Amino acid sequence: MTTALCALLVRDLRLAVRVGGGALIGVLFFLIVVTLVPFAMGPDLAVLARMGPAILWLGALLASLLALDRLLAIDHEDGSLDLILTARIPLELAVSAKALAHWLTTGLPLVIAAPLLGLLLNLDPKATGAVAVTLLAGTPALTFIGLIGAALTVAVRRGGLLLAILVLPLTVPVLIFGVAASNAAIVGPVPFGAPFSILCALTLVSLVIGPFAAAIALRQGLE
Amino acid sequence: MSLIELANPSRFVALTNRALPWLAAATVLAFAVGISQAFLAPDDYQQGATVKIMFVHVPAAWLGIFGWVLMSAAALGTLVWRHPLADVAAKAAAPIGAAFTLMCLVTGSLWGRPMWGTYWVWDARLTSVLVLFLMYLGIVALWRTIDDPTQAARAAAVLTLVGAINIPIIKFSVDWWSTLHQPASVLRLGGPTIHPAILVPLIVMAVAFTLLFVTLHLAAMRNEIMRRRVRTLMMLQAGVRAGPS
Repeated sequence: MTTALCALLVRDLRLAVRVGGGALIGVLFFLIVVTLVPFAMGPDLAVLARMGPAILWLGALLASLLALDRLLAIDHEDGSLDLILTARIPLELAVSAKALAHWLTTGLPLVIAAPLLGLLLNLDPKATGAVAVTLLAGTPALTFIGLIGAALTVAVRRGGLLLAILVLPLTVPVLIFGVAASNAAIVGPVPFGAPFSILCALTLVSLVIGPFAAAIALRQGLE
Repeated sequence: MSLIELANPSRFVALTNRALPWLAAATVLAFAVGISQAFLAPDDYQQGATVKIMFVHVPAAWLGIFGWVLMSAAALGTLVWRHPLADVAAKAAAPIGAAFTLMCLVTGSLWGRPMWGTYWVWDARLTSVLVLFLMYLGIVALWRTIDDPTQAARAAAVLTLVGAINIPIIKFSVDWWSTLHQPASVLRLGGPTIHPAILVPLIVMAVAFTLLFVTLHLAAMRNEIMRRRVRTLMMLQAGVRAGPS
């Protein structure tokens, strides 16, 4: 079973870097969103530095959201999802492997790009480090919660917007605590550990609930 | 009459047809009593007459939450026990719960303006109720997007159960975070802290609103059963054999 899961993981990693613009297209979208914000808010560096963590987190959230299309829908279209469903590995582990591959190729590049984009927003090194660490802890939650939405809308045509509507309310706590932890590290009387622990807890919970809910949704939806 | 005996749609529709006039009459009566008691209730020493928005706002909030709890129970009925009418109950409850949540948000906003000086504030309870409203709309969107009712039912059931985590967050948000919104005054350890002169009309209005919810819900369930029969008949007429749904 481990070889089957590893094979699935490697397949997804390969497909993600080769197909549909590759892994860096999410980073490109992240860059564009962060570039748009000063056009909307004005180039005042002090304001940008204060809003920096929030802008980076929103950009990462939207980039993760748009990439969720590639998680399950493509496999459903060419029939490989049916093969995964009928394979002898547990469906929960199979979707976990796919979500892990998705995070490694979409979420992790966002985390690595965040410090560079922090320069655009006039963030000092401490703030940049805080945002990067919170993104590292929080982007797996975004991927695994998005997995639930992707599984629910896998057979829906033009389901991209519906996927966003379903996933975004569930990711609100991750966003709240991610930004709270970043701000706590920068200014805040609140110690960094408190919101950061809750953020890690949210990620751990989503690592469990996401695959189980997604497996139920896939089994029910694709009978 | 156990739940499984109500699984037959025809028997359910017959029962609903008999029960709905009585429920509607009870609802009107309860509202008559509640509204007259609300008008006769004394003004608050601090808030004046605007405290009476509470008689609409609080029951609407309770029923918005009750709607999601009902949908979660129906979701379990669909996924676990495969009760035939569970998905009809869930689909019928979603717009009604959304409407009550919207009513809660709007009346709360109107109450907040004279009380707090602002129509909206991003504190824990208001935010979590707004997220509940967004999730309600997401459920309604999911129901409308998937064509096959059985498949839509299962997808909506999974999403309802995942979203049920928001319900304890709403209830305890005023305890966990220091918020602008009033802490729990009715359902709390140690009993309610509201004077009976205001508590009694509140309870009566809550009963009236609940009867309204039940009446609307049963009528909506009946409509949904009829809608599915029409759909089946149309598909048969078009020469397509309908699946078991």
